[in-house]
Amino acid sequence: MEFIYTIYNETYKILLLLIPLLISVALIVWFDRRVWGFVQKRKGPNVVGPFGLFQTVADALKYIFKEIIIPASANKIVFILAPIVTMTLALSAWSVIPLSERIIIADINVGVLYIFAISSLGVYGIIMGGWASNSKYPFLGSIRSAAQMVSYEVSIGIIIINVLLCVGSLNLKDIVLAQEKLWFVVPLFPMFVIFFISALAETNRPPFDLPEAEAELVAGYQTEYSGMMYAMFWLGEYANILLLCALGSILFLGGWLSPIDIYPFNIIPGVFWMIFKILLLFFMFAIIKAIVPRYRYDQLMKLGWKVFLPFSLLYVVLTASFLVYFDLLPK
Amino acid sequence: MIAHALFFYFFSVIAIVSAIFVIVSRNTVHAVFFLILDFISIACLFIMIGAEFLGMMMLIVYVGAVAVLFLFVVMLMNVTEQKSSWFRGTKKSNHIPTGLIVGSVILLELIVIVGGWKYRDTFSETKFLSFDKEFTNTHAIGNVMYTEYIHLFQISGIILLLAMIGAIVLTFRKREGVKTQSYFKQVSREREDSVELVDVEFDKGVKFDD
Repeated sequence: MEFIYTIYNETYKILLLLIPLLISVALIVWFDRRVWGFVQKRKGPNVVGPFGLFQTVADALKYIFKEIIIPASANKIVFILAPIVTMTLALSAWSVIPLSERIIIADINVGVLYIFAISSLGVYGIIMGGWASNSKYPFLGSIRSAAQMVSYEVSIGIIIINVLLCVGSLNLKDIVLAQEKLWFVVPLFPMFVIFFISALAETNRPPFDLPEAEAELVAGYQTEYSGMMYAMFWLGEYANILLLCALGSILFLGGWLSPIDIYPFNIIPGVFWMIFKILLLFFMFAIIKAIVPRYRYDQLMKLGWKVFLPFSLLYVVLTASFLVYFDLLPK
Repeated sequence: MIAHALFFYFFSVIAIVSAIFVIVSRNTVHAVFFLILDFISIACLFIMIGAEFLGMMMLIVYVGAVAVLFLFVVMLMNVTEQKSSWFRGTKKSNHIPTGLIVGSVILLELIVIVGGWKYRDTFSETKFLSFDKEFTNTHAIGNVMYTEYIHLFQISGIILLLAMIGAIVLTFRKREGVKTQSYFKQVSREREDSVELVDVEFDKGVKFDD
């Protein structure tokens, strides 16, 4: 009986996280398109609902009622599995993100590694989709995407090592609490910049959206997908973007901590600060989508392996020597 | 406790079944997918015995990097078509005897190792050990790896580095006539280097060098 009660309790907690998350993914798509529009002196989606807020809901309804077309020569099982894998992984990584000191589903000791592992699994959704479509453009797109994600994961991993050196724990809560005096964005500012750019590449956002470069590859790995399956890819992608924004705010911007610890600011609940920081990072993602032209593929690889990797490795050495020399290593 | 046992059997059954399917499935790409499923369920088993660091490393290294490269190789070489001919036995090949020999050697080695298995005298069952809650197994591994086994750790690092350099040297070839972008050249280009004003004589024209 107790077992059933636990399951009920956990399901309740999970739903309480997932439903707001899916709603905010829908809103964030609207926000993205709106920012994109304003930068280009357009209005963006503004017809459905107040300020066009329900545009994404309308889009989602359209996707639900569209027919799912499976190409005749596709590998059916893998083809159907790919969007499911993408979306499941994107949502499951959220279980360890602390939205405030108490709002967290699983407070595990290896939180950072968990997120890192899940985001490295995200490649499979894309490879499976591209391969199973049995068509040239999706396959090229998925190969590009896999190479890109694997390369930028390396630099994200080394950036995370920089932060972990200053914290001495892999627990996401400890990482936030270690920033009570000083946010890591101050001492590790170059790492924050590299993290942000790698996050763009990791989520296939412009200027690194080569896997779905519409001028060359139609839509990359999503070319053959339609209806709800396409929508799942799309939801997974935005949930991943939000996840990396959340990770960025936890690692560098002090998570749920308020920027200044004085009266009117520190009575605001931590959740609001966390959401505010996620939105701030997402706003930067959206602005960059609007103003930066797409990279060439060889430039992308060069940037990842020849610039970011050596620089972040050097910074690990610098951080470690600084901490050892001034005896600041966490116990 | 029952839930724990159920989860254990769930993951181990998945691990064994997917390991069998790695060998049995005819489509090589499917075989790699089953291998990935196997890695994931083994990582879950690691997490269940409380070795969360090992489990996560298993996921990051094997599933996130090694298996991706496997998939790349299998997909790009299109092994699926070559394979089906000797599965059906239409073509004579010596793959199967070689495979049998290698397989039996590995089986023999496993039997020898598992047969001679003995616990250390100081071995005590895990349930009698008391753990400090604050002391995570990441700390434990770090404490051992960077003190007692530092030399082995460094040597394995150097071996990996050598393997990496070796792979690069083996595949590297200098190609002639490749045009690469040089940022320095692009940025330092001046007007004098690229523009030349010429007075063209009527009815004669100009001849350029290139």
